[in-house]
Amino acid sequence: MTKQRKAVALVSGGLDSMLAVNLMIKQGIHVEGINFFTGFCVEGHTHAIRKKDKAKPKRNNALWVAEQLGIKLHIIDVVEEYKDVLLNPKYGYGANMNPCLDCKVFMVKKAKQWLEENDFDFIITGEVIGQRPMSQRKNTMPVIAKHSGADDLLLRPLSAKNLPPTLPEREGWVDREQLMGLSGRGRKPQIAMAKDIGLDDFAQPAGGCCFLTDKQYSNKLGDLWQHRCSRDYTLDDIMLLKVGRHLRPAEHYKMIVAREEGEGNFLEGYRKEFTHIRTVSHPGPLTLLDGEPSAEDLHMAARIVARYSSGRDAEEVTLEINSREGTQWQVKVPPLAADDIPGAWFL
Amino acid sequence: MNNRVLDTSRLLCPMPVIKTQQMVNSLAAGDTLEVTFTDPGAAHDIPAWCRVNGHRVLELEQHDRGGRILLQVG
Repeated sequence: MTKQRKAVALVSGGLDSMLAVNLMIKQGIHVEGINFFTGFCVEGHTHAIRKKDKAKPKRNNALWVAEQLGIKLHIIDVVEEYKDVLLNPKYGYGANMNPCLDCKVFMVKKAKQWLEENDFDFIITGEVIGQRPMSQRKNTMPVIAKHSGADDLLLRPLSAKNLPPTLPEREGWVDREQLMGLSGRGRKPQIAMAKDIGLDDFAQPAGGCCFLTDKQYSNKLGDLWQHRCSRDYTLDDIMLLKVGRHLRPAEHYKMIVAREEGEGNFLEGYRKEFTHIRTVSHPGPLTLLDGEPSAEDLHMAARIVARYSSGRDAEEVTLEINSREGTQWQVKVPPLAADDIPGAWFL
Repeated sequence: MNNRVLDTSRLLCPMPVIKTQQMVNSLAAGDTLEVTFTDPGAAHDIPAWCRVNGHRVLELEQHDRGGRILLQVG
């Protein structure tokens, strides 16, 4: 009896990895998925925080994919290890703070480690040649295979026919003829494949699941590093960058203003670690102040918070300022007019 | 048989799932784990994780500020 081969799949929750897994299952391969949590994933946290997103399904897409395909999924926390990928990318950044090529090398390397620990035979990904400007090019795919240490144990079922045969193909564990030869950014073949297997409800077809590809988020991260004089972060730091309006009225402090109730509730959990401002006379956002604001800065910050409260058109708004040390006092300020907040303050 | 508890309050998804997974990996089939959470997403994700990995959700309670799940390791 032929031994059933086992593949570990990088499952992002998007369509491509789902289709790649499905191609393997159809060939009788036992597949289990792994999904890496870097701290920069768009789904999950953001939906959990923002009240306006409450109507959206709360599902974790990687888990949903695993459930649709009937495979096990292992979610792995790589927040600490990922720092080195982000802070010291060997291949540099993409358009923003996205170290896509290093990220993929890291993830495949972790998958290889998992494979060895769990006695699996090869690794699959949903990569398609030409789909991503940095990590999914014909000349970078061999780089990923080589520098991850996976070498020819790394099979990309969706683009396999455009690449040299891997060990699973050469050994006959999988039939190369039944693999795909997709390339380019077009999504039509994937959409058609999804339709063929009865899928019409899948997550963002072309990925886009990482905050580091987002310009505004990257700006906020760069600002954090610049003003801390240190290129480092904690999970809390990168979580807070996902939440609220971020304004820097002066070099030595930054404001995080909740945009809605869900964000306010989330920021409540951090209030004891920051000087924070609440509105008293009118409903308004909880605001955290990161840095060392002076008395004058606190007055300005209070006026900005008042501008985002429902007292924005009132002559005066009463606010409560709470220092990190636990001191509390009230101030009455005229709200700042929207035009008086320089655009450069917004991160 | 072990009956363990895990508090994931204040953690946002997928951390409650990851913490649940880590603890389940240290338990034996038949053991139970009670997980409390504040992220409403956990009420969906932990049962989904249980289903794909062969564990049983015995109880699920949700309230405004979170909830609790009792699962049995498969």
